[in-house]
Amino acid sequence: MAELTALRSQVPPAQRRAPLARRRRRRQALQRWVVVTVLGIFFLLPLYAMVEFTTRAPSGSGRTLDVWRTLADVRSLADQYPDLLDGLVASAELVLLTVALMLVLLVPTMIWVRLRLPWLRRPMEFVCLLPLTVPAIVLVVGLAPVYAWVAYFLGPASWTLCFAYAILVLPFAYRALDAGLQAVDVRTLSEAARSLGAGWGTVITRVVLPNIRSAVLSASFLSVALVLGEFTVANLLSRTNVQVAINLLGKRDPSISVAVSLAALLIAFALLLVLSLAGIRRRRRGPRAGRTDEPVLAVTPVSLEET
Amino acid sequence: MSTPAVSAAVPAAGGGSGSAVRLEDLHRSYGDVHALDGLTLDVEPGSMLVLLGPSGCGKTTALRALAGLEDVDRGRVLVDGRDVTDMPASKRDMGMVFQAYSLFPHLSALENVAFGLRMRRVGTAERRRRAGEALELVGLSGLADRYAGQMSGGQQQRVALARALAIRPRVLLLDEPLSALDARVRTQLREEIRRIQLEVGTTAVFVTHDQEEALAVADQVGVMSAGRLEQLAAPQEVYDRPATRFVAEFVGLSSRVPATVRDGRAVTAAGEVPLLPGSADGPRVDVLVRPESVVVTPDGSPGSPEGAGTGARGRVVHASFLGALARVRLATDDGEVLAQLPAVDAVGLGPGTAVSWRLAATAALAVPPGEGTS
Amino acid sequence: MTSDAASAPALRDRAVPAAVGTSSGGRRGRRLAATAASLLGVVPFGLLVTFFLVIPTLVVVIGSFLDAGNRFTFANVRGLTEDVVVQAYARSVWISAVTAVLGAAFGALLAHAVSTAAPGGVLRRVVTAACGVLAQFGGVTLAFAFLATFGFTGFVTVWLQHTFGVDPYGAGGWLTDTPGLLLVYTYFQIPLMVVVFLPALDGLRPQWREATESLGGSTWAYWRHVAGPVLLPSFLGSMLLLFANAFSAYATAKALISQGSPIVPLKIDAAISGEVITGQDNIGKAMALGMVVVVAIVLWLYARLQRRTSAWLS
Repeated sequence: MAELTALRSQVPPAQRRAPLARRRRRRQALQRWVVVTVLGIFFLLPLYAMVEFTTRAPSGSGRTLDVWRTLADVRSLADQYPDLLDGLVASAELVLLTVALMLVLLVPTMIWVRLRLPWLRRPMEFVCLLPLTVPAIVLVVGLAPVYAWVAYFLGPASWTLCFAYAILVLPFAYRALDAGLQAVDVRTLSEAARSLGAGWGTVITRVVLPNIRSAVLSASFLSVALVLGEFTVANLLSRTNVQVAINLLGKRDPSISVAVSLAALLIAFALLLVLSLAGIRRRRRGPRAGRTDEPVLAVTPVSLEET
Repeated sequence: MSTPAVSAAVPAAGGGSGSAVRLEDLHRSYGDVHALDGLTLDVEPGSMLVLLGPSGCGKTTALRALAGLEDVDRGRVLVDGRDVTDMPASKRDMGMVFQAYSLFPHLSALENVAFGLRMRRVGTAERRRRAGEALELVGLSGLADRYAGQMSGGQQQRVALARALAIRPRVLLLDEPLSALDARVRTQLREEIRRIQLEVGTTAVFVTHDQEEALAVADQVGVMSAGRLEQLAAPQEVYDRPATRFVAEFVGLSSRVPATVRDGRAVTAAGEVPLLPGSADGPRVDVLVRPESVVVTPDGSPGSPEGAGTGARGRVVHASFLGALARVRLATDDGEVLAQLPAVDAVGLGPGTAVSWRLAATAALAVPPGEGTS
Repeated sequence: MTSDAASAPALRDRAVPAAVGTSSGGRRGRRLAATAASLLGVVPFGLLVTFFLVIPTLVVVIGSFLDAGNRFTFANVRGLTEDVVVQAYARSVWISAVTAVLGAAFGALLAHAVSTAAPGGVLRRVVTAACGVLAQFGGVTLAFAFLATFGFTGFVTVWLQHTFGVDPYGAGGWLTDTPGLLLVYTYFQIPLMVVVFLPALDGLRPQWREATESLGGSTWAYWRHVAGPVLLPSFLGSMLLLFANAFSAYATAKALISQGSPIVPLKIDAAISGEVITGQDNIGKAMALGMVVVVAIVLWLYARLQRRTSAWLS
């Protein structure tokens, strides 16, 4: 017993046990990985099942990549699944049109209101956040008569959905742009530009816009994500987009629809991951370097409709 | 290894009811960075030690190691002779005041102050009484029901101080408590902190990068650089008799004046100056002189009847008036020199004025010529 | 620089308030003209919002109180009290509530795990990206994923049958009924919780934890007395958001369920598509109005809770 005590006192005290903060950090890391692994299995299971489902050989045993090969070959896709291709094309059009609409209408209006009509800010905020309270399923009920008129003037094509989508996108695009405009003090910039002789057009395009570039990008990405995931409005207004096409296809050919779903999921994940990497790198160079803002969290639309 | 210049410790004025603290040979590295590189110091019971140094010198790491919030790679922390190095922070019985944001936002000021007592399972009535006393000590009895968001920065820090003192800690730790406050609140609050510390008699360790603050409140100042202690002494000592070049340049203002060493004195064009122990050997050195040791005589004034007085020649570059004092920057043959004189004497010293200047016979530190930053 | 024409008067008015010798009426008139000119800038946006947001909302609200002949009536609203409709609302609320609680609990756990990880590190980025995708990609893609997993010929179903001899479909279809919806909805509620709640966890200041420790509190004391109470409003608010999310969900259920309309969104679909009985349009509008009321209440509560958290955790 005495020897033990003597031995212990020879060892520097701070090395007898692992330091406290380090022990807590290790325990936290273990908890972290356990939670992530368990939940990870829950989340990866359907993805794995999708892979498994789409590689089943028709004969009953063995694996085949037939479905995936069909998917990769655009020409055979056009032959066998024209509706799917129509849906993909429609979604592509809608993405471009909705983003364009949002950029052309929302961005200048927000800047204009901030600069010239500050009393309109609160009402505009209310209007832009209103779609959050009105779920898509409800909105589409009221959109039906409006779209009857739209069809009368512009035809029944799917691209006309871009107007409704611009509304659906409003809350998220507004929040992203608002945050960007807050950070920049648009008022002072425009007053400085005006005092140097710039007209309002110049102020908007050459002074304000370059400074809110990341907010505009963020709003655009939000719009893209929402448009690609939208189903409710398109379906109930009897138009097509990628989600509607997949749904219809599902009744006919489950394999290819599951394959397309998986492909869409993986592509979106890869895009978001790339964005989060780019976002962090970009911010490190900025004035608020050091703060690890999560572009993913800011960018993901808290959508109350597309689920 | 650090060789701190420890002078006779000033006994604690508060009666020494606090605990004795000893940091023994502390080492702490983060990768290649040595935050603490063999730090050893003692704090007398009931006294206020201020750790002073630039960012990254390790003063905050040392404080946090004392608190138990930071591990050490090597070395010991002793309180009242007991080795607490392995003891978790929650058992060390120390009160800590952080730089900012440390008040719990969901609790009122009184509840914040009572928090430590709650952790110690003190009964509700007793808790409220003691928390009330602590709030009174910092002069904020009226704000007992306010929340952090409803208080100014100065008030928040006072509540934080009350919270740390309510538990009657062995040691009071303050991590740059005034750095986030306005200048006027800072000077007010630092005097209050010092007054309260003396009244309660707790041993205190105060970390700051502001040397004026350090000199104003400390019983002992520990100047740190790169994880080591440069000097540990009373404020006046650190100012008048800096032990190393770092201390001489970090604390107070100084100018470099070239000199040659002869018989333990530095000979300059502006006079001779005795050298402090620890000075460089020479033969050629730079002497670090304080502005108040530079005596300026404008041409034509009573001290220089013929137009050129005794000492070296110089020309005024700029004079800053600071109320009762003035600081005058002179261009001389050997570079720029900063002088300090009563404002009334500096009235005629506009840019370009020719002056004579000499050095008072105050002991100064000599360093190798042309080295380091100033 | 044509825009200068409209703005010049406003600029002059501001810079030289009393100098120009005009009557106050003339100055006011000019300022009104300037405001009117500025308002022109918001007209395009206003048109879009009017036609595609305001009018549809009015159609729903007003339509709920009209009958087939466009006369005012309470019949539609009264129709909401019918058994079938009440059951659908009850089932919607039940599913939303259960998945909100489950999603909040597991989501908070996952969010906490992520918040303790190195910021900018691999784990955090991968998990947040994954949560971002899964939270958004509910709907059709998710429904098919679950059909592939738990459906009649799904991976897990087949595996259970072969390995354990257990047939999940022995008691009838479950995936396309309430239990299935509960499972699938939870699948996107958990990531949504992470996305919504993680910023609150990030807002916990390290000084609070250190202050608790130095005042003698253990880890348990920290969570019980500090972090718990501070996070509670945000946690409840996030849970409310999850509730609203599940309540409004349509696409997933539509893709999953081929027969019947057990929840409100599907009932609305049936009503306006004229699938079950034609002329049910206005009843569909009444149901839609009911949904708006529920969601509006939930979001109002959420906004009130947010006000408290943003002060504490910013």
